[in-house]
Amino acid sequence: MSLSGALARLVAWRLAFVVPLLLVVTAAMFGLAKASPFDPVRQYLGERALVTSPEIREQIRANWGLDRPLAEQYLTWLGNLLTGDLGESRSFHRPVAEVIGERLGWTMLVTGAAIVLMLAAGLVLGTIAAYRQGSWADRLITGVAYASEAAPVFWIGLIAIWIFSVTLGWLPAGGLTDAGSATVTVGEVARHMILPVAVLAFSQSSWLVLFVRESVIGALREDFVIGARARGLRERTVLAGHALRSALLPFLTLLGARIPELVTGAILVESVFSWPGVAGTAVRAALAVDFPLLAALTLLATVAVVLGNLVADAAYVIADPRTRVLGVS
Amino acid sequence: MKRVWALAVAVLGLLAACSAPVDAPAEDDTFVIGLSSEFDTLNPVLGHAPDGGSPLFDGLVSRAADLSLRPALAREVPEVDGTTVTFRLREGVTFHDGTPLTSEDVAFTYNAVLDPANNSTIRGDYAAIEKVEAPDPQTVVFHLKHPYAPILQRATLGIVPKRLLEGQRLDAAAFNTRPVGTGPYRFVSWTPGDKIVLEANESYWGGAPEIKRLVLAFVPDDNARATRMAAGELDATVLPPKAAARFENQSGLHVHKVPSADYRGVMFPMKQPVTGDAAIRKALNLAIDRAAMVNTILAGAGEPAFGPIAPGTPWHNPAVTGSASPDREQAVRILEEAGWKPGPDGIRVKDGTPARFTLMYPAGDSLRKELALAVASDARRIGIDVRLAGLDWDAIEPRMAKDALIMGYGSPYDPDYVNYELFHSSYAGQGFFNPGHFSDPRVDELLEHGRATADEKERKHVYDEFQQRVHDQAPWAYLVYLKHVYVIRGEWTGIEPAVEAHEHATGGLFRNIHQWKRAA
Repeated sequence: MSLSGALARLVAWRLAFVVPLLLVVTAAMFGLAKASPFDPVRQYLGERALVTSPEIREQIRANWGLDRPLAEQYLTWLGNLLTGDLGESRSFHRPVAEVIGERLGWTMLVTGAAIVLMLAAGLVLGTIAAYRQGSWADRLITGVAYASEAAPVFWIGLIAIWIFSVTLGWLPAGGLTDAGSATVTVGEVARHMILPVAVLAFSQSSWLVLFVRESVIGALREDFVIGARARGLRERTVLAGHALRSALLPFLTLLGARIPELVTGAILVESVFSWPGVAGTAVRAALAVDFPLLAALTLLATVAVVLGNLVADAAYVIADPRTRVLGVS
Repeated sequence: MKRVWALAVAVLGLLAACSAPVDAPAEDDTFVIGLSSEFDTLNPVLGHAPDGGSPLFDGLVSRAADLSLRPALAREVPEVDGTTVTFRLREGVTFHDGTPLTSEDVAFTYNAVLDPANNSTIRGDYAAIEKVEAPDPQTVVFHLKHPYAPILQRATLGIVPKRLLEGQRLDAAAFNTRPVGTGPYRFVSWTPGDKIVLEANESYWGGAPEIKRLVLAFVPDDNARATRMAAGELDATVLPPKAAARFENQSGLHVHKVPSADYRGVMFPMKQPVTGDAAIRKALNLAIDRAAMVNTILAGAGEPAFGPIAPGTPWHNPAVTGSASPDREQAVRILEEAGWKPGPDGIRVKDGTPARFTLMYPAGDSLRKELALAVASDARRIGIDVRLAGLDWDAIEPRMAKDALIMGYGSPYDPDYVNYELFHSSYAGQGFFNPGHFSDPRVDELLEHGRATADEKERKHVYDEFQQRVHDQAPWAYLVYLKHVYVIRGEWTGIEPAVEAHEHATGGLFRNIHQWKRAA
C-alpha cells in the first residue's frame, strides 16, 4: 500500500474513533459535575455568595437550567454544540467560543515553540551525551536533566525570573507585552516569550534528553552501526543517519503520549509568567465550576491528545512505512 | 523527518501572523497597576464595582476619603424621604462615545440589575428598590418597597448607556468587555488574561486626569506580582503584608497600609450545647490573643477587632472595645462561675458535656487557616477543646448551624449593610445569612428601625446600641480587621486612603487615581 493511502486510512480510523470517545468523555463529565459537591451558583457569585439570598441563588439556578434533569441538560448542550453554539461562559460573562478563541493561540504559540525547542535541544544534547558517554559533557547534561526532572516547573520559572529579570534585567518577567503598551507587537511578544518558552522546554525536556541518550547508546552498539563504521563512513553520518534514526522511532510515539504533560506544564508556566493562555483559563473554569467553559475545554483537551497521538503515529508511518499502527494494515 | 520540521515551522509562522500586531509608540505618562485578579466583567449591571472605584464609570454619587457621599452624576445628594428618592442629573455629561447621559440610562441601569433574567450577582443589594423611573431627561425617581436609609449608599453603582445594551442578553453582551461609561478613563483594549489599557477622558466633567494612560495588568500570583514590582514593570500593586515587607524603606517606593472594615471572626452556632452557652463565647473572646494574630499572622497589617463595625468609620461605637492581649484569668473566672470545671484531661466539663466544638475554615484560605489554628491554641489554654476542620465552602454551608466557622465580612459604608442579614432573626439559617441562628428581639427592632430612619443622629444611637448588644451576647468572636497593603512607585499627591470594604472590587487606594498629581 502507498504511504498516502496508509496515512488516509490512519486518519479515517482515528476520526471514526474520536466521535464516540468525545461522547463518552463529555457524558462522563456531565455526570461528574452533577455528582460533585460544588455548587456552580455559589462559585459564580464568589464573595457575593455571602450576601446573596437563597431565593436569588435559586433564580439563577433556574435561569441556567440546572434544575432540569441531567439527561435533558446534556442533550441540550449537545444539540447546541452541533449548531456551533458552545454557550456562555459564566465566569467571564462572554460566549465560550470567544473566550477560548482569544487565548488558544497564545497557548499554542508557547507550547509549540517549546516543543520545537525541546526537540532540537533534546536531540542534540542527548546525542552528544551518548556519543561522549562518560565525559564531563555527558555528566553535566545527564546531571542537569535529572535535576530538572525533580524540580517543579513553577520553581524553575521563579528562579529564571529572578536571574534574568530581577538581577540581570535582560528579559521581562511576565505578561504578553510590555505592561505599558496598548498594542500587541511581534517584537514584544517574541521578547516576552523567551523565558516562558525556555522554562517550559527546559522543564519538559529532561526525559527526552535521557531517552535519546539511552537509545543512541544502544544503537551505537548495534551491528549495523558497527558495520557502518567499519565501512569507513564519517562519524557524523553514522551518528545522525544510522544510530539516531533508529533511535527515533519509539521516541515519536513517546512524544505523542507526553502531550498532556506539556499541557499541565503550560498551566504552571502561564501562571508564573502571567501569560494569557487557555491553560490558565481551564484552571479558572474548573475553580469557578464554569460548566459551559469547562465542557468546551475538556472537549478541546481530548481532541488535542487524540491529535497528538495521531500526528505521532503519522510521523511514525512516514519515518518507517513498514510500521503497523491502528488503522494501517 | 524534514517534512515534520517544515510543518512545525509553518504552524508557528501562521500563529504569529494570526496575532495581528500593530506597532504603537511607547508612552511616558503611563501608569501600570498590577492587580491580583482579572475582572469577570466590566459591566456594572453584572457586578463590576457597584460601590464605586471603577475608573470607567460614574455613579449618581461618589465617596470622599471620609466615606461621606458627594454628588457625581447627580447634581446634589438628595434627601431621603419615605419611599421615594429623586435625583437631578448633572447637565452636559456625555458617555465616552459622545452620546449624552440622560435619566433613561440611569433607570435602565438599575432596572437591569433588578431584572432576574440578567443573573446579576449584586441584585440582592438592591432588593429594597421597587423600580426606577425617568419622568424627564434630567430627573430620576427611585421607588422603594419600604423606607431604606442606605439607599443613597447604593447610588454609587456605575451608570451604563441604555442605547448599547437594551434588548441584548447581558450574559454575552460585547459591552461586558468593551464598556462605554462616563468615567475619568475611557476603555482602549483588553488583552484577556494579560491587561486592560485605559486612556484619560480629556472631557471628563470632573477635570481631565493627569495620568494619561492607565494599564491594569493582571498578575494573580503574589510572588510574581512582587517580582514584577521589583523589576520595575509595575508602578503600583496590592500585595499580602509579608510580600510587601521587602519594599519598606526602599527609595522611590511607598508602602501604604490602608485600614479596612474587612474583619475575620469566629461565628458561633447559637443553638448548640457548648457554643450556645454565653459563658463559653465570652471566655473565648477574652482568651484570644489578638495582638499576636496581628503581629505574626498579619505581619503587622491589621488591628484587633471587637465588633462588626470598623473603627475609623462614622458608625463605630468606641465603647465596644477590648484588650488586644488576652485576659485568661477573667476568662477562667467566667467559665468557673458558669459551672465549667476542669475534667481529667484538662478539658472543662459541665453536666457531663465536655467544652468541645468544631471550628471550620475554608481550606484554601491560608489566612483563615492560621487564624483558626491560633484560636484553637488560645482556647486550649483555658480548657476549651477546639477541633479544626478545613473544608470547601460547599461542604461548610450545610454545617454552619452546627459548627463554628471563621468568617469574613465587613462594609464601611452603612451599618445596615450585611449586619441586617447577619443578625436579624428572620434570616436565621438562610444560606450565609445569620448562619448561627442568632436571635434577639431587641436587635431585630434596632435593625428594622435603623434602616427605616433617615435621621443620622438617631441612626447613630440605634447602631451604637446594636453594637453593644452584639458585644454583650458575643455571637461572634471578632478577631482582626485587615489592612490592605499597596506599594506605589514615585511621588504623588492626591492619594487618599479611606477605610476599605471586604470586597476588593472597589478600586481601593486607586479609586481616585484620576485625581493623583505628580509631586514636583
